[in-house]
Order: sequence, then structure tokens, then C-alpha cells
Amino acid sequence: MAELIVYGIILGSIIALGSVGLTLIWGITELFNCAHGDQITVGAYIALIFTSLFARIGFLQAKVGPFSFSWGLLLSFIPAILISVVLAILIDRWVYKPLRKTGAHFMTGFIASIGVAWAMRGLIYIIWGAEFHFYAKGLRPMLFLPLGIKLRTDEIFIMVVAWAAVAAVYLFLNRTKMGKAIRALADNASLARVAGINTERMLIWTWGIAGVLIAIAGILYGIETQLRPEMGWIFLLPLFAAVILGGKGSITGALAGGIILGLAQQVSTMWLQPTYKPAVAFLLMILVLIFRPKGIFGRRKV
Amino acid sequence: MGLPIYGLLSFLASFAVMASIYAIFAIGLNVHWGYTGLLNFGIAGFFAIGAYTSALVTSPMPTGVLASYIKQAFGLNAPFLVGVLSAAVVSGLIAALVGLLTLRLSEGYLAISTIGIAESIRIFFNNESWLANGPQGLIGLPQPLSNILPPAYYSYVYLVIVLIFLAVIYVAVERGIRSPWGRVLRAIKEDEVMSSADGKNVFFFKLQALVFGAMIMGIGGALYAHYSAAIQPGVFEPLFGTFIIWTMLILGGTGNNKGAILGSFIVWSLWSWSTFFILKVVPRGFETRAPYIRYILIGLLLVIIMVRRPKGIIGEERQVSKF
Amino acid sequence: MSILTVDSIVAGYGSMEVLHGVSLEVEKGQIVCLLGPNGAGKTTLLRAVFGVMRPWQGKVLFKDQDISGFPSESIAHLGMCYVPQEDNIFPSLTVQENLEMGAFIRKDDWQPRLEEIYGFFPDLTDRRKSRAGELSGGMRQMLAIGRALMLNPELLLLDEPSTGLAPFLVNQIFDRIKTLNEQGVTILVVEQNAQALQSADKAYILEGGEKQAEGSAQELLEDKEIGKLYLGR
Repeated sequence: MAELIVYGIILGSIIALGSVGLTLIWGITELFNCAHGDQITVGAYIALIFTSLFARIGFLQAKVGPFSFSWGLLLSFIPAILISVVLAILIDRWVYKPLRKTGAHFMTGFIASIGVAWAMRGLIYIIWGAEFHFYAKGLRPMLFLPLGIKLRTDEIFIMVVAWAAVAAVYLFLNRTKMGKAIRALADNASLARVAGINTERMLIWTWGIAGVLIAIAGILYGIETQLRPEMGWIFLLPLFAAVILGGKGSITGALAGGIILGLAQQVSTMWLQPTYKPAVAFLLMILVLIFRPKGIFGRRKV
Repeated sequence: MGLPIYGLLSFLASFAVMASIYAIFAIGLNVHWGYTGLLNFGIAGFFAIGAYTSALVTSPMPTGVLASYIKQAFGLNAPFLVGVLSAAVVSGLIAALVGLLTLRLSEGYLAISTIGIAESIRIFFNNESWLANGPQGLIGLPQPLSNILPPAYYSYVYLVIVLIFLAVIYVAVERGIRSPWGRVLRAIKEDEVMSSADGKNVFFFKLQALVFGAMIMGIGGALYAHYSAAIQPGVFEPLFGTFIIWTMLILGGTGNNKGAILGSFIVWSLWSWSTFFILKVVPRGFETRAPYIRYILIGLLLVIIMVRRPKGIIGEERQVSKF
Repeated sequence: MSILTVDSIVAGYGSMEVLHGVSLEVEKGQIVCLLGPNGAGKTTLLRAVFGVMRPWQGKVLFKDQDISGFPSESIAHLGMCYVPQEDNIFPSLTVQENLEMGAFIRKDDWQPRLEEIYGFFPDLTDRRKSRAGELSGGMRQMLAIGRALMLNPELLLLDEPSTGLAPFLVNQIFDRIKTLNEQGVTILVVEQNAQALQSADKAYILEGGEKQAEGSAQELLEDKEIGKLYLGR
């Protein structure tokens, strides 16, 4: 049980990374981004491209300290993040922005984001096929902790990186002018505009943040498990659930929601088969929607 | 000499069968979305329920050697029509349950919930092997009237069967929508607040629409099952079982049954012709991946339709100008 | 000098027309009051003026510049600020952050202005770090107005600032409004509460999307007919 809780927190941290971006976008633009999961997949695979490339040319192949992956993977974080950010901004400019401009009903964006998701996933399938891929072959070093918990050293890395990213986002959103404007926009987009804040420009920054978190989430998930084309879609239901639990536009809520979802999913494997995890996420989501639709941490409307 | 022509005709026949089955789904979705404004993104769920129900009802319980390979909860060995009917009934019942749970949610949340429900149904069938043989699924499903013509011509026979169902469903829905009942549904889609002021029990009408549409989808599922003669949970995934149908309805014209049929044929053409051509041009070794080009095709199609959409595809209410 | 001219605005939501051609004028330095019952279209008018909504017809002139159809983001740069009736603060931001957001588009040092606003609404000073969503109604209103004032607007649009406030708070708000006006801010205030007339120079009465009456506040206060119909006397 203790082990499940630990894994739950690890998984939950990765979910939280995705949820923060999703809830920000949702809070500001009413778009519930169904492509978020697949964008995470793309982030992971971009890192794979570079990791494989480095492996091919024998560059930076030494393993990083006690972890299972190479320095090449660490370096691959950079292109993955950059490309993820650019991709997110471009997709918004070509797909969602036109919809905003023509005053489309929010479901139009929802369906469009589904189209984006499929297109991305199709591309991954075509380039890499349906098989599993890994960042690193070979042993995964383990730590043996009390209470019978076996932890991979990689998982320490994952936790540190995930929460460092969260901390960075937190600092940005709370200490910088741009960050506060983004929070203001997520709180009350109409009032932000009334105050003269340029929504489109802030949105680019927001997608930028989301893009960074997406890439990191993808790579961490790839390290934790493996890479496969549906990895992001599997994420999507827990992401949705986490964001709904946390309340629209609430970052603390998204973080808490992520952890709760991770825990709930892992702990559920005590009684249910692991493949039921998305169903568990969905159940939580439905319960919240029925009993507290604004989310457990939902912002109270003024 | 005549063989290539028969090959083409046979291909066309099976194409038409699938397109017509999808047309049935599209009409069901039209009842949900086109007429009542219910965002059902869980069509795959009713698809699966209809298919599995009919499969289980019409198959015999496996005996002897077979029993160790195929596990099912029950097998009634009933005739085809009983299977289809059961599919409709069970589908309707599940829809009623789903509706009680979710219809009070606002539309966006309803949409997401239906996705979750469909996925949960698929996972359930995948995991609970005792029910319907889990991931391997059921095979050897009975095909009605399979001995009238030689097996090579079965598509023609089945096409007639499906077209009959399609015609009946089409007429039923057209009648339904012109009836007072149908008018209430349309009023609900237009403006829910006003129709509830009218004193009609909005929830109850939505539930009826949900059940009616789901029954249609269940029939579609059953028809699919008996055509393919084999089903497994992987079939009922969101692209193949839900969103392709949304694409068909939107393309053909929401709120319009003829449009639903048209859209189904158009999108199914895209789907099957693209597979056909892809398999011809794709280099060796890529055959397993080539079908995924359809993901990109349908995905881009959806995006393009949404971005360039003609008016009225999805409600245009805008009270406050955003920019 | 006319700081704001609204000329025959027609506007609505969806297919429903709410304003059927409304005109009004605000002179620099005045307090102008827009009165009327619920549903009269007062909020709609302010929204149309400030670019929150696009008017279907008509013109809006601010300091003789045609701003019809400008989005609200640009209007804030021109010297006009708007305080909506509802959802007029950023609930998850602190009081301080709300005011900072008010100053977002300022390129200069706005710290002095911040202190001025705290001086103007002293109750807010103790709550700098509180989340705006947790404030009481009266404080929220003050914060909402404070946010708008951070930009030193020449013209301030207020939508029912007294909504849901206890009488003594209402007095406080109207008192602050008068002080603001004495400091040189022109004010267009929408109200249902006829008490607003007492601070105003000029007033318009709106009902059913049409202007029903206009005149100096004094005239309207004394007019018995109007008093009966619109001011609940």
C-alpha cells in the first residue's frame, strides 16, 4: 500500500504538470484542449528523436549519475521544450485563434482540438509505429526504502524535476507582471481586457508555459514507463478529471487535482486491474461534476 | 474476364454496407445532437453494447474444446432479429442509466462524461474476460441468410438487410421529429430556458431522446457485429466508434437525416479509399503503419470543418464580443 | 466640452435587440447619472460604450475621437475606465495584485498612485494581502473602483456601484464618487437607486432600451411624474 501511495504521488506529479497548462488555457479561453495528451506524447517523442540521434553518433552517452538515462537525454529536454512551445503557439494561431475571432461556440474548439489530437497521433504512429520505445536500455537502478518500498533512482529525478518545474511556474505566475496578468486573465478574462491587458499576447505566454510543462511531462512519463503513441491519450481522462476537480483556471487546484488523481488511480489497483485506471479517473470526475461542479477548489464567482 | 468487375462490385457492396451502418449511427447521433442538442461523445459505448449484446444473444455457449478458448457469460443462440432487438433494448437501458447520471450536467461536462463512459465500457469488456472473452473478443458470429447465395456474394445479401433497417429507422426518426414530441426536442435545443418555462419537463424529454438515439446506435452495433462476424474491444475506440460519426454528421449537415446519410457515405469513402490507395503506394514494411494515415486525414478534416465551418454547425451565440 | 457622446446606439444579444437607439452626452467635469429599472439596457449601454460589446448601429465619441467598435483593450489606453457591475475584481488575486493589474498598461511609476488609492480607500490598506474573492461586498466595490482608478482616467464609467450594499456603505461610495469628481474625474454612473441623483449634475432615464427623460438632476428630482414612474416615490 505504501508503495502504491508513493507511485501515486509520482504519477500524480506528472499529471499535475499537464493539468496546470490545461487549466490555464481553459480558464482564459474556454478551450478544453483534447490535444493536450497528444501534445505530451509529441514532447516525449521529440526527446526520443534527439536521444536516438545522440546515441547514433555516440554523443553524450554516459549515464547520468545513478540514473538509467544518458546525458543525451538531459540535453534533449531543450529541443523538446522549444519545439513543444512553438507547436503549441502555432496550433493556437492556426486553429483556435480563428475560432475566437469569429466568436465560435466553445464546443467548436473542443472538437477542433480532437482533430488536432488525432492528426498528431497519426503522425507518431506513422513515424514510429505502434511498438514501445525507451529512452534507455538496460538496468534501472533501484533504491530500497523502508516499508518495503522499491524506488527507482529515476523516480527521484522525476519528482525533483516535476516539482522544480511547478515551483518555477509558481514563481513566474506570482512574482512577475506577466504572470500576474495571466492569472488575472484566468480569473476574469473580460475584466482583464477592460483593464487594457492584451489577451492575445498573454495567451502566447500561456501556451508557452503550457508547452514547457507538456514537454517535461512527456519526457518524465517516458522515463517512468515507456513511449507509445497512445501514451498521451491515456493521460487525457486523468488530466480532464484533475482539472475539473481543481476548478477552472485554478492552478493550485490543478496541482492538487493531479496528485489526487495519481493517488486514486494507483490505489485503485489494489482492487481493480490496472487497465481500469482511466475508468477510475472518470468516476472521480463524474462524482465531482454531480456534487461539486465548480471543483473542490473551484473559484467562487464574485 | 468478368472477375475484376465482380471484384469491384463486391468491394462496392461491402463499402455500401459499412457506409449504411454508419449512416444508422449518424442518424442516431442526429437524434441526440442535431435535434436535441445533446453532446454525445460516447457513441462508441452504445456501439459496443449493441454489438456485444447481439453477439452474446445470438451465439451458442461454447462447448467442448472451444470452451477453453472462448469465455462468455451467456449464449442464447437466438435468431438474428432477436439479437438486434436485444441490442436496441439493452442500449436503451444503459442510455437511461447514463442519462439519469449525466443529463443534468452542462453541455461541456456532458460531452466529457460521455467520453469517459464509452472508454469505461470498452475497458470493462476488455478486462472482464468472463463476459465476452476479453481482448480476443468473440468470433464466428452468426450471419443471417448466409446460405441464400454463395459466400462470395454475402455482401449483397447483407446490404439489403442493412438498407431495410436504415429505411425503417429513417422513416421512424423523420416521423418522430415532425410529431409534437419532436417539436419539443427541437425547442429544447433552441433554447432550454424558454422551453422549461413552458412547463415541459426538459429533463424527461432529453432522456427520451437519449434513449431513442441510443437504441438506434445499438441496432447499428448489432448490424456491425453480424457483418464482421467478429468483434473485440479494440474496435470500439473513440476514433472509429465516435468521432468518425461526428465528422459524418457535421459534414453532411447537422439536424438533417438525409445529410447524415450523405455525410456517412462521403466520410466512409474517404476512409476506405484512402486505405485502398495507401496500401498500394506504401513501401514494404510500412503496411502496418499506413492505416494510421486515416487518423491524420480525419483529424485534419475535423479541424478544417471546424475552422471554416459554415454558419450554424455549432451554435453561434455570442453575447459579448471578445475582441 | 463634451467628453463622451453616444449617438443613437442600437445593440443587443444574439437576435434580441436591447437598445433601440439611445443617445447621451457627458460634459467634462460632470457627474452624469443613468437611471432606470432592471432590464432597461443600462448595463448594455455601458458595455457598448466600452467595447465589451459591439453596437449594431450608432457612434461613440470620446474626446471627439470616434471609438465606435473599438475593443475594450484599446479604450483603456485612451483615458476612460469602466467598472462592471458584477465580476468586477480578480477573485484569486490579492487586493494589491488587483490594483497592480489596474496599472498594467502604465509605463511609468505607478507606486505613488497606488498609495493614493490606498489613501482614498483606507479600508483596503489593511487587506493588501487578502484574496479579493474573500472581501465583503463593500470592500469589493471599493477595490473594483480602485482598480479602475489606477490609470488616472479622465472619464470613469460605473455600473451600479451600490448594488447589494448596506445603506451606510452606499453613502460612503457616493461620497467617494463626489470626491473623485471634485478631483477632476468625469463620471457616468448607472444606478437603480435614485439616491444617486442627489450627487449628480445631469441625469438620463432609460427604460425598455429607450431614453425616457433627460435633464439636470435638480429638474428630475423635482419632477413629480418622473418621481412616480421611475424613482419609486
